[in-house]
Amino acid sequence: MNEIKRPQTTAQKILAAHSGKEYVDKGEIIDASVDITLGNDITMPLAIKEFKKMGARKVFDRKKVVMVPDHFTPNKDIKSAEQCKIMRYFAREHNIVNYFEVGQMGIEHALLPEKGIVLPGHLVVGADSHTCTYGALGAASTGIGSTDLAVAMATGKLWFMVPGTIKFILTGVPGEWITGKDIILYIIGMIGVAGALYKSMEFTGPAANLLSMDSRFTISNMAIEAGGKFGIFEVDDKTIEYVRSRSKKEYIIYKSDDDAEYENIIQIDCSKIELQVAFPHLPSNTRNASDSQDVKIDQVVIGSCTNGRMEDLRMAAEILKGRKVARGIRTIIIPATQKIYLDALREGLIEIFIESGCVVSTPTCGPCLGGHMGVLAEGERAVSTTNRNFVGRMGHPKSEVYLSGPAVAAASAVTGTITTPEEVL
Amino acid sequence: MIIKDRVIKYGDNVDTDVIIPARYLNTSSEKELALHCFEDLDGEFIDKVKTRKIIVGGENFGCGSSREHAPLSIKASGVKAVIARSFARIFYRNAINIGLPVMISSEAADINDNDELEIDLDKGKIRDMTTGKVFSAPPLPDFIQKIITSGGYVNFIRRKLLSKR
Repeated sequence: MNEIKRPQTTAQKILAAHSGKEYVDKGEIIDASVDITLGNDITMPLAIKEFKKMGARKVFDRKKVVMVPDHFTPNKDIKSAEQCKIMRYFAREHNIVNYFEVGQMGIEHALLPEKGIVLPGHLVVGADSHTCTYGALGAASTGIGSTDLAVAMATGKLWFMVPGTIKFILTGVPGEWITGKDIILYIIGMIGVAGALYKSMEFTGPAANLLSMDSRFTISNMAIEAGGKFGIFEVDDKTIEYVRSRSKKEYIIYKSDDDAEYENIIQIDCSKIELQVAFPHLPSNTRNASDSQDVKIDQVVIGSCTNGRMEDLRMAAEILKGRKVARGIRTIIIPATQKIYLDALREGLIEIFIESGCVVSTPTCGPCLGGHMGVLAEGERAVSTTNRNFVGRMGHPKSEVYLSGPAVAAASAVTGTITTPEEVL
Repeated sequence: MIIKDRVIKYGDNVDTDVIIPARYLNTSSEKELALHCFEDLDGEFIDKVKTRKIIVGGENFGCGSSREHAPLSIKASGVKAVIARSFARIFYRNAINIGLPVMISSEAADINDNDELEIDLDKGKIRDMTTGKVFSAPPLPDFIQKIITSGGYVNFIRRKLLSKR
């Protein structure tokens, strides 16, 4: 027996704890118990089909199987209404506790943390690639497909390959208007869309602690845009405060050992990061917003699982207050959850948006994936706070999406071209 | 298993949005999905796939969304295997789970569009009949091979569940 405790990363520790082991090795395949499974109106109907095919009768735990109809809801057409119906009936049949109907629902990755469903130390799988968002809470959380989801729902377990980890040490004080979006776009621009393929991205350092929870969610959310499996933040006082106000359940905090093995350690001086824009058609195609002038746009979207939280809406409102959206520009604001919508309403943000000429939508993933609520026509361009700018992502294959944070998006709405806030204030 | 067919070649970072655009995700029907496979990347795919049933990609094939509809649409359109220099994590799992053969080959860049290939999935060998070159792919971990020989993850779990009853 080896008595010496071998150092591990947070990802290794969470995977070890969920597979009944003291230690797991990079590359090892393990069978692990999951704390939460998640599905939405696109992935869940397929998962239900597979669930039935495999002869499963019950979900492993009706409190741990979460379902959120958020992509094509409120339903955009008959076919998507039928898909939602499949999920709704399954939820009823299995007495699913955390099924969130239109009216209670929000964009899943904003909703689950807000409801206190995901906690630090959890192992979470979701049939949505942005499930990595919950890494901001110190959870190991990742996207899977519908068949994997079906297996996880039926058995409460899933196989994982233990990933290597890349550590990002964030230092410096981020400048004015700089949020998590600029930091993660900067990182993806640096390492590329496959720069963290199969890896766990770990975010730490003094600047990580300075970031709000909303900014951390944004950073973890886009780990997948670098190919990452997890995007894990170290748990600190802000995390604990966020969780304590939302859940009374116990949780375990895992922290990487100082001598844990990393595949790479990258220092990022956040004070040097400018406002970022990712040009079509890859999230890694980043430039400083100040070098992105003269791009004329047709639409602005502020919302999504990446940037539909209070910090984002407040920042957009600060810029839009007392100003008008440029003539001919459609600006669509989508608070990510009902609670965020209501908080924004009570704070007067919604009034600011409407008076400036924006349209405010009920929570939905909608335009982010070209589903509804802001689909682009041929040749149109959007500045969007969403997460992907692939060909045809927001509509016509010959439309273009420029990714940014809320400050650049709001400023661009005022001028009709890609603009930094300094230019309109 | 031996697969012999001709190649449709694409580049790096083929994402799941171009494999199957989200506007078609309001169905889970494989046949319907297959009608729109690669629509936004290659309008001629549906014609090409009638006579060429191996896809060769570059780095990070299948990046983006977790939609299993992507490998499902590829499989339902008749494609027999996908070879790439690397695959995005979720796409790779999904393909294995639904029984779409995938092979990682660092030398995939040397394979040309329209080449005729002979693939030995068990041995991890790719023979390019057009150029005469032979490539090898790393063998899959035992556990993953078990999923494949069971005919996909659903069958694998189905057996496990049945044996418990």
